[in-house]
Amino acid sequence: MSEWLVWIVVIAIIIIAVALILIYNALITGRNIINNSWAQIDVQLKRRTDLIPNLIESVKGYMRHERGVLTDVTKARTSLMNAKTIKAKSDASNFLTDALKSLFAVAENYPKLEASKNFLMLQEELSGTESKIAYARQFYNDSVMSFNIMLQAFPSSLVARAFGFEKRDYFQIEETERAPVKVKF
Amino acid sequence: MANVYSRIASNRNKSLVLFSLFFLFILALGYVFGYVTGLGYFLVAIAFMIAIAMALASYYYSDKIVISMSHARPLRRDEFPYLFHIIEGLSIAAGIPPPKAYIIDDTAPNAFATGRNPKNAVICVTTGLLQKMNRTELEGVIAHELSHIKNYDMRLMTMTVVLVGVIALLSDIMLRSFLWGGRGEDRGSGKFAIIMIVIGLALAVLSPIIATLIKLSISRKREFLADADAALLTRYPEGLASALEKLGKDKEPLEVANKATEHLYIVNPLKNYKGWLNNLFSTHPPIAERVKALRE
Repeated sequence: MSEWLVWIVVIAIIIIAVALILIYNALITGRNIINNSWAQIDVQLKRRTDLIPNLIESVKGYMRHERGVLTDVTKARTSLMNAKTIKAKSDASNFLTDALKSLFAVAENYPKLEASKNFLMLQEELSGTESKIAYARQFYNDSVMSFNIMLQAFPSSLVARAFGFEKRDYFQIEETERAPVKVKF
Repeated sequence: MANVYSRIASNRNKSLVLFSLFFLFILALGYVFGYVTGLGYFLVAIAFMIAIAMALASYYYSDKIVISMSHARPLRRDEFPYLFHIIEGLSIAAGIPPPKAYIIDDTAPNAFATGRNPKNAVICVTTGLLQKMNRTELEGVIAHELSHIKNYDMRLMTMTVVLVGVIALLSDIMLRSFLWGGRGEDRGSGKFAIIMIVIGLALAVLSPIIATLIKLSISRKREFLADADAALLTRYPEGLASALEKLGKDKEPLEVANKATEHLYIVNPLKNYKGWLNNLFSTHPPIAERVKALRE
């Protein structure tokens, strides 16, 4: 009778140990995925700022008289590169997005520019990069959600608390960004 | 109320249940056949090994085999840059490396994805798809294919095919052993033996069909799962729903597709609808049902 008991206890301990290892590794993986996906957002943001000089070059020749719009874009890019805090970065990023919108709106008055292959390629690249920024943020939020679920669900919540895993925050936008977009011509 | 997350969970669970049922089915078959032929579990082991050997080859070279069978060529970045951006963007959202892109020159709109894991994956579209879909529809289709890759569906279906192969082999061996008479005396007499023999014969005839039905049911669940995951990726289920509607209306069959590659495509490329029986025997769920599920 007691031999049965010993076997049961041994097997139970093995199962619990394996479960512990699997849960702990899943939590570690979840945390690393979150850190990675946060960094990937910056990769896309940098790609966007890198595309700007090419865009200015291709547009300059056609839009000689549109000084205002071009300098706006250049100024926005510079302030983005100099921004240090997260708030400054996000403000500068919004400024850049607005300036780009105005640039492309004005470009519609220049049919030769619109037809130039270079310009079209750059427009597509920028638009693709903007989408990738959005997708990167979406993936970041999805990874945060999966991780936070693991922190709260039973039994992984026990392991999480024991090893000090903490809840992560979603990617937040400023309240002003929630207002509907106005396009100025 | 069903939402995308619950739908994803339910489809995953259903395919897991079906797969386990499959396994139990094989164990039961192995017992009956083993008893009747007198070979025991040795029989099951042999059948497994043969089936796995056959499957491994197709598994490891699946991407190259399908690409060459379908006469697909690699996509150049300057050819359709927006397609590259869609694939790369959605791969970021899915958390997988972007698969290699291929294209088939055919006016029939369709797409497929294959590969044993996300690192060795390929995605292929037809020129017809690029012409006939707008941007959100194309994104829906690509998201569906990427979800197949992300969910390791190729690996799951390969394992399922192995199991079907095992069952087919077992039934075959079982039937042959009857034809050769042979170990009749060893089977023993008495009610149990006779019942087992009858069951064994019935199973030998029916099990390949049952196995195929289970395999197709698993395939259909994974298609629903890919639809739901695609809706989650794009956060816009209407894109894929609209694309599926367009694909359903298009009657043109895809020339390079055949019975072997049929299951990989987003909609049945052979366009050989046969009526109600088709639903049981088809690798894809009916398009009307898929659209309905997406629009909920």
